[in-house]
Amino acid sequence: MVSYDDVPISDSSSEFDMLLNMGPQHPSTHGVFRMLLKIDGEVVTHAEPHIGYLHRGSERLTEVEQYHQVVTLMDRLDYLSNFNNEWVYCRAVEKLIGVEIPERAEYIRVILGELNRIASHLLFIGTFGLDIGAMTPVMFAFRGRERIQGLFESVSGARMMHNYFHIGGLKEDLPENFSDNISQLILRLREDIEETDRLLSFNELFVSRTKGVGIISKDLAIDYGWTGPGLRACGVRYDVRKSEPYSVYDRFDFKIPTTLDGDCWDRYFVRVMEMYESLSIVEQALEQMPEGPVNVLGRRLVRPPKNDVYMKAENPRGEIGIYLISDGSDKPYRLKVRPPSFCNLSALKELITDSYVADAVVILGSLDIVLGEVDR
Amino acid sequence: MENPKREEKSMPVGENLSLKNQELLNYISRNFGGKHFLHGSIMDIPQISVEPQDLWSVCEKLKTSRHTDFKMLLCLAGVDYMEYIQIVYILYSLNKAHTLAIKVDLPYDKLEIQTVSDIWRAANWYEREAHDLFGVDFSGHPDMSPLILFDGFEGYPGRKEFPLHEYDEY
Repeated sequence: MVSYDDVPISDSSSEFDMLLNMGPQHPSTHGVFRMLLKIDGEVVTHAEPHIGYLHRGSERLTEVEQYHQVVTLMDRLDYLSNFNNEWVYCRAVEKLIGVEIPERAEYIRVILGELNRIASHLLFIGTFGLDIGAMTPVMFAFRGRERIQGLFESVSGARMMHNYFHIGGLKEDLPENFSDNISQLILRLREDIEETDRLLSFNELFVSRTKGVGIISKDLAIDYGWTGPGLRACGVRYDVRKSEPYSVYDRFDFKIPTTLDGDCWDRYFVRVMEMYESLSIVEQALEQMPEGPVNVLGRRLVRPPKNDVYMKAENPRGEIGIYLISDGSDKPYRLKVRPPSFCNLSALKELITDSYVADAVVILGSLDIVLGEVDR
Repeated sequence: MENPKREEKSMPVGENLSLKNQELLNYISRNFGGKHFLHGSIMDIPQISVEPQDLWSVCEKLKTSRHTDFKMLLCLAGVDYMEYIQIVYILYSLNKAHTLAIKVDLPYDKLEIQTVSDIWRAANWYEREAHDLFGVDFSGHPDMSPLILFDGFEGYPGRKEFPLHEYDEY
């Protein structure tokens, strides 16, 4: 382990400097993340983030699993947006073997992926409120998220680790009562989101804690490889769903919300607006969804030809990338995940230096990291 | 396990590439110097292979040139091909909306390459990760301490030779 002696002491440090260890077991770090802060009074003068507590070697483990078994490992990367992770991996393998999946499966993937985005953003809003000290929004946010997970359970049989997207389509078709369930869910979900939004977004205390805190400039965010809501909060209108539309996203009418300041409140508010857009995508997809088969392969074992592929998709936290190399066998030769949280988190050191300790918690919360994905 | 490396990259330039991507590849090879560039593609993404000593200068030009404008490093992956380790850089340009992959082969006896963390800050953590998993040294990197492994971990778990089944499952 890194000891306190290893922390470099900057020349500007005074005799009043104190070392503060935050994490790995700390409620504000959202998982097992640790940072060493050197503080002078209330100001952070030096920060050293430490990750890796959740490193399970997922990338290496894929090399001994068959292609269809890897889906379960993808579930456990970003464990708050399981469907989106499965989706991008399945698309990568489908591109390698050259399979077009049925339209109905594409629509179901879009619906579940967008609902998962809402669930993930709801959890972010709840816990972000908690970081600041607002105890109520998390109740409403979790109520909404629980409803979505109830629907996921009726579809896939599991609340979180679904293993529902298979290579070539889906595991099975939707359950019979799905259309009733989802129309009720959308009605309630819109109320939930609006309620949380009203409660938190323009709350004076909330705004004064987050507005103008943790500002990152557009150029710096791009340099750090930021994607997703973090980048869009700096005014960059970049979303893989629009810039390189995959699946059936080119058939829907939706906006990419952006804000200009790049501070914590902006990163929060972009996510709130994204939830409304996701709801509208789900509604459009339900209207357009055709009947038909949901899987074209009919078998699970695949042997892609020798090749490599890089596939990207828009996850709730940003752009996920899968670099997959096939050697012609039934197991991947190498699979590299480009996790959005990893890049977003790497800017933390620069963001929290010279801020207050209390703001450091807010800034970390606004990045919306999932350590399962950062450490893999 | 069979080595999936393609046979000496005899693939014709830009077989699967769109016109825009072919133009990008042509521009890069005309202006950034090179006979020693080998072209290819990762499915529909244009790809160049460079020698380790040229990497930094090529990356610098790719970022600053107005025509390429690769301001973003999306991904840095190490791949163990048993005889050598390949580093794959995936770049993206927000203004031009194009992607480029760069591949660099490093032989096992000289696993050293110039860092690009002074070009893209995103490379900082990626290079530390590649150092942890594959033992590649990135010369000039500000801080090469372990990122995702703990201090004192022996071996390189990203490599094929690292035993995977000798650990008991809990």
